[in-house]
Amino acid sequence: MNAQTLIIVLLVVAVVFGLGVVVVNRRRATPVPPETPPTDNRAPEIRSAPPRIEPPIVEVGDAEAVVIERVVEPVVEPVVEPVVEPVVEERAPSFRERMGKAAAAMAGVLGGVRSRQNIGNDTWDDLEEALLRADVGIGVTTALLDGLRERVKAKAISTPDELIAALAADMSSRLHGADRSLRFDDSLAASGQVNVWLFVGVNGVGKTTTIGKVAAQQVAAGRSVILAAGDTFRAAAAEQLGTWADRSGAELVRGAEGGDPSSVIYDGVQRANAKGVSLVLGDTAGRLQNKSNLMEELRKVRRVASKEPGVVTEVLLVIDATTGQNGLAQAREFTDAAGVTGVVLTKLDGSAKGGIVFAIETELGLPVKLVGLGESIADLVEFDPNEFVGALLDVS
Amino acid sequence: MFDNLSGRFEGIFKRIRGKGRLSEADVDEVLKEIRTALLEADVNVGVVRNVVARIREGAVGIEQSKALDPSQQIVKLVNAELTAILGGETLKISYASKPPTVILMAGLQGSGKTTNSAKLARWFKSQGRHPLLVGADLQRPAAVEQLRTLGSQIDVPVFSEPGDPVTTATRGLAEARRLGKDVLIVDTAGRLAIDDEMMAQIRQISDQITPNYTFLVIDAMTGQDAVNVAEAFHATLQIDGVILSKLDGDARGGAALSVKEVIGRPIAFASTGEKLDAFDQFHPDRMASRILGMGDVLTLIEQAEKAFEKDQAEQAAARLLEGEFTLDDFLEQMQSLKKMGPLGGVLGMLPGMPKELKNAQIGDDDLKPIEAIIRSMTPDERRKPEIINGSRRQRIAQGSGRSIAEVNRLVKQFSEMQKMMKRMGGMGGGKKGKRGGLGALAGLAGGMGAGPGAGLPGLPGAGSAPGGFPFPPSR
Repeated sequence: MNAQTLIIVLLVVAVVFGLGVVVVNRRRATPVPPETPPTDNRAPEIRSAPPRIEPPIVEVGDAEAVVIERVVEPVVEPVVEPVVEPVVEERAPSFRERMGKAAAAMAGVLGGVRSRQNIGNDTWDDLEEALLRADVGIGVTTALLDGLRERVKAKAISTPDELIAALAADMSSRLHGADRSLRFDDSLAASGQVNVWLFVGVNGVGKTTTIGKVAAQQVAAGRSVILAAGDTFRAAAAEQLGTWADRSGAELVRGAEGGDPSSVIYDGVQRANAKGVSLVLGDTAGRLQNKSNLMEELRKVRRVASKEPGVVTEVLLVIDATTGQNGLAQAREFTDAAGVTGVVLTKLDGSAKGGIVFAIETELGLPVKLVGLGESIADLVEFDPNEFVGALLDVS
Repeated sequence: MFDNLSGRFEGIFKRIRGKGRLSEADVDEVLKEIRTALLEADVNVGVVRNVVARIREGAVGIEQSKALDPSQQIVKLVNAELTAILGGETLKISYASKPPTVILMAGLQGSGKTTNSAKLARWFKSQGRHPLLVGADLQRPAAVEQLRTLGSQIDVPVFSEPGDPVTTATRGLAEARRLGKDVLIVDTAGRLAIDDEMMAQIRQISDQITPNYTFLVIDAMTGQDAVNVAEAFHATLQIDGVILSKLDGDARGGAALSVKEVIGRPIAFASTGEKLDAFDQFHPDRMASRILGMGDVLTLIEQAEKAFEKDQAEQAAARLLEGEFTLDDFLEQMQSLKKMGPLGGVLGMLPGMPKELKNAQIGDDDLKPIEAIIRSMTPDERRKPEIINGSRRQRIAQGSGRSIAEVNRLVKQFSEMQKMMKRMGGMGGGKKGKRGGLGALAGLAGGMGAGPGAGLPGLPGAGSAPGGFPFPPSR
């Protein structure tokens, strides 16, 4: 069959399909009002602004006046900041306490496993269900259980309790050895450079809140911090970050709504350099990983953020614990675009267990660095694999 | 990673094709694949168990039928099962006899309540209503500010005041009455389903404003937890419908299936993009094939809608069925098609396309010769290709820089296509005709050298709704 024939046939198929879609949908459609003029300023803007001529360089004085301002927000009505965040608690909560509620559902399943005398088909089904319910995913679950089946067959494991303990040990050991510390290079300040941590992820995972909390913790640890409001897309995202700046004692750098996020981050770095601030936390707009233009935009943010004197030392992917198997795709695509160095798992205090990070860490080698267990600043804690697995399987 | 359900089946069915009927072991194997596909799509484990059991029941009767081969029947069965769960009655908004119609938005943090409140307001506006938005999310910093900004973008007023969310919501209702608004949408703070205090608070809001509709906003990327969340909110609030957000991502959205199955309330709306007009009532038929990973029809449809001019497309389609589709029309639609992105990608998204066609590497450059040939024709020739004789052929070939044989082939295939379309148009007419036409075209492709066995277990007869163009088997 020759190429042209094929192409024509395909074309016809595709054209007919296109026509069908449009026409049929039109018949079905309720009258649609005239399109509102695009409010989306972040369409494919990638080609604009050659990176060499960064806008903020123009005039420092001007930039400070216009672009860079500490938002004390006199404009915003008091509505914006009503319920005050519970003030920092001293003791960081443990996983187990927080995940206790989440583990309850799981306990029923594993209780069933324990109550049996032997390891039978029901046992395997229950274990599988427990892992699947935790969003660990069918692939990883099957791999974990296949390994255990071998050992049961070889009589290395004989009771249900041993089996659960072995599963927990397997899972923990797969998470061991990763470096989970946040990378901050102290030596940069000496050479007049600035640490930059970028926060990326899909919409609604809690990036801005996470930055706020990280900022508060870093300030409390004695570092000077600038928050760069790189989410120029979502309405009032900069105000939200501004509130966090006020709470944490960090400084806010913001740009115009709908502006170029790269330039905001760049401004942040410039500002940090000028004022001797050692750490810039860069917020970015939430974006779905299949939107190629937005991922390109993120690529640019990453590139521009590492321009002198900025050194990107962390790119943290924020993932919501309720996320299912799509989390793996998120991790893959964001790593491709922005070079993710670690994962922050948020909202683990709900009924979701966040098992997808197990797949992300073991398959992509991205360490989980922080976990969000609640709304207060102290609720953002370091990830502990043993506690995580323990809470996941309800074993101690 | 597995590509899609039909891809998985292919291997199994290749082995059992000769048998003609399925043994129990075969059925088990197929069901296992279905189970995996559903789990990878984030359908809840418990729901998967029920669905698979029901499919197993249906699969028992499969060997009797002669019309379709077992693989096609199973895919059909699965699709029908999922559509049945997702579908049922779609939510019809009935407006309160004494306005305003009150709507309460609920959900987890970050599920998209604020954005979808605004989108919903815009939707009501497009239905000729006059909504008022109430910002009762006093928890998240700047949430009200966000709602105000969105409200001003769609020209819908926003009411909010600091203090207590319950009071704010109640006062919002009074405000709507005072302003004579006929729809009230109350945005609330995100809350965890296990947070008793916060759940009690939204219960209080609900008691105060007695909503006509309570919508639960669920992120399409949600995993197994969707069921717990839906159950908890339903127990507290009596959910009337679900708004599925972020459906423009590449998550398969099994959560939609789980939630529908567990609380039995319809998915009322789906949000399919960041812009405020990317929001519409939910179409269950598209979702079934998406969960199964059988061609991303949804995306394709959206791209097509964007790329093709509606009026023009409608006319062209009519002409196509009457057999009056000219090369000019073809050229025009080809331009629209190009706007949809690389042709290879477009074809890949068509469900049930034979693999040989799917994998064909076709770039926009491959379209150029065809374009060149058509552009080298006179208007008369484009309208009536049959007038093209030897000397015209030569001129066209020279003009386009292609060989005479290529010109010949194009003309010949175009006229065959035209004939077939005419036949289809005359036979069924309307939608049906088009569908038959598509099938015939796929058949044509198969017959022209894609070889025997090129067809996949498509979705025979499934998806009777507009979105899901099924491709009848090409054998």
